[in-house]
Amino acid sequence: MVRRMTLLAVLASSTLVYAAANGAWLEKVPQSEQARPNPYARNADAVAAGALLYKRDCASCHGNQAQGIGRHPSLRTERVHKATDGDLHWLLTNGNLAHGMPSWSRLPDDQRWQLVRYLHSLPVEGPSRP
Amino acid sequence: MRRLSTLAFVFTIFLGTLSAQELPYFVTYSHHMEEPGSLDLETKTAAGTPRGGNGFGATALELEYGTTAWWTSELYLEGQKTAKDSAIFTGFRIENRIRPLMREHWINPVLYFEFENINGANKSLLEVVGHDGNDDLTGANAEGRAEKLREAEFKLILSSNAKGWNFAENIVAEKNLKHAPWEFGYALAASRPLRLEGGTRSSAFALQNFAAGAELYGGLGDRDSFGLHETSHYFGPSLNWSIPSGPTITFSPNFGLNDHSAPRLYRFGVSYEIGQVSRFFSRHHQEAR
Repeated sequence: MVRRMTLLAVLASSTLVYAAANGAWLEKVPQSEQARPNPYARNADAVAAGALLYKRDCASCHGNQAQGIGRHPSLRTERVHKATDGDLHWLLTNGNLAHGMPSWSRLPDDQRWQLVRYLHSLPVEGPSRP
Repeated sequence: MRRLSTLAFVFTIFLGTLSAQELPYFVTYSHHMEEPGSLDLETKTAAGTPRGGNGFGATALELEYGTTAWWTSELYLEGQKTAKDSAIFTGFRIENRIRPLMREHWINPVLYFEFENINGANKSLLEVVGHDGNDDLTGANAEGRAEKLREAEFKLILSSNAKGWNFAENIVAEKNLKHAPWEFGYALAASRPLRLEGGTRSSAFALQNFAAGAELYGGLGDRDSFGLHETSHYFGPSLNWSIPSGPTITFSPNFGLNDHSAPRLYRFGVSYEIGQVSRFFSRHHQEAR
């Protein structure tokens, strides 16, 4: 009975995380947010600062190289690369709570923009699932 | 085999340790939840000397787990040591926090449910409700221990972020499951990191690793005598330091604001986050099969 319940829980959570990784969240981003400019777009240090923030706050789920681990998607994908700075900032702020991605609104706005710069600096690799 | 698993677990803990920016609050909750699959180990210590009583130090060990991105569960184990008296276990609490709204808003509500099984000698002061006050901290441990308190507690947590600041307001309602009327309380807090930008070098003493704030909390009487009469209130500044890849250390001196309050409390906390602890168990589960 316990094993069956565990299996059900794992299946349910896998489905939820896959739903988060299919890019459906992009459709929820308001247009005004999509078009928001990154105040760190021309800041030479933003990628390095974003890399440190990534290591602290994101690597335990998405991997040290953002390659994805298990049910947590890779961030080195076409979809992340093509998303606007505003899209990614919106996702970091709001999360995708129903599908496993937490809100990072606890980070100051500046740090979320720095993280976005880092994510957009990552090379695209492999087939695009997320 | 079991020893190997234990070693692997301890190793995983140290590898997976994080130090995300925590808010410097001891009593007030914000809308920020634990990341799903992560476990936060935290101690919250309150020390002080009530008027007419002996000095005490009470510690709550908190295990906070991110069940999902919108649901956080916690277990508290509590004890205290009173000078010229004994050191005793004072009970446990189980709580759950749920975010009903799936996006960020100007004000973000969180619903909080808690069951407490503590005794009258509990001095953790994780909340102040009803007519709690200085006199509750002066009794002998043997007497307090005999008084069993099984209580349900509900909180409405409201929290906002603006320009790097967090503002949090909690409204508390607590009910002894056996008798006694509903008791009420409140907690307010605000905080801000000392620097909003992330730095380019990992330095323990970088300003963005520090956050400062203040808390104000107290009782609001009970259903039969709602209001500020014979209630206690505390105010205090607080500061925390999130050491990169290490623990977060928080300190706050609290000052009693009226004669019904203890004159001063010193709060000290250490938290240590273990990222994705659930991954170890799922791997272990797969290996076991």
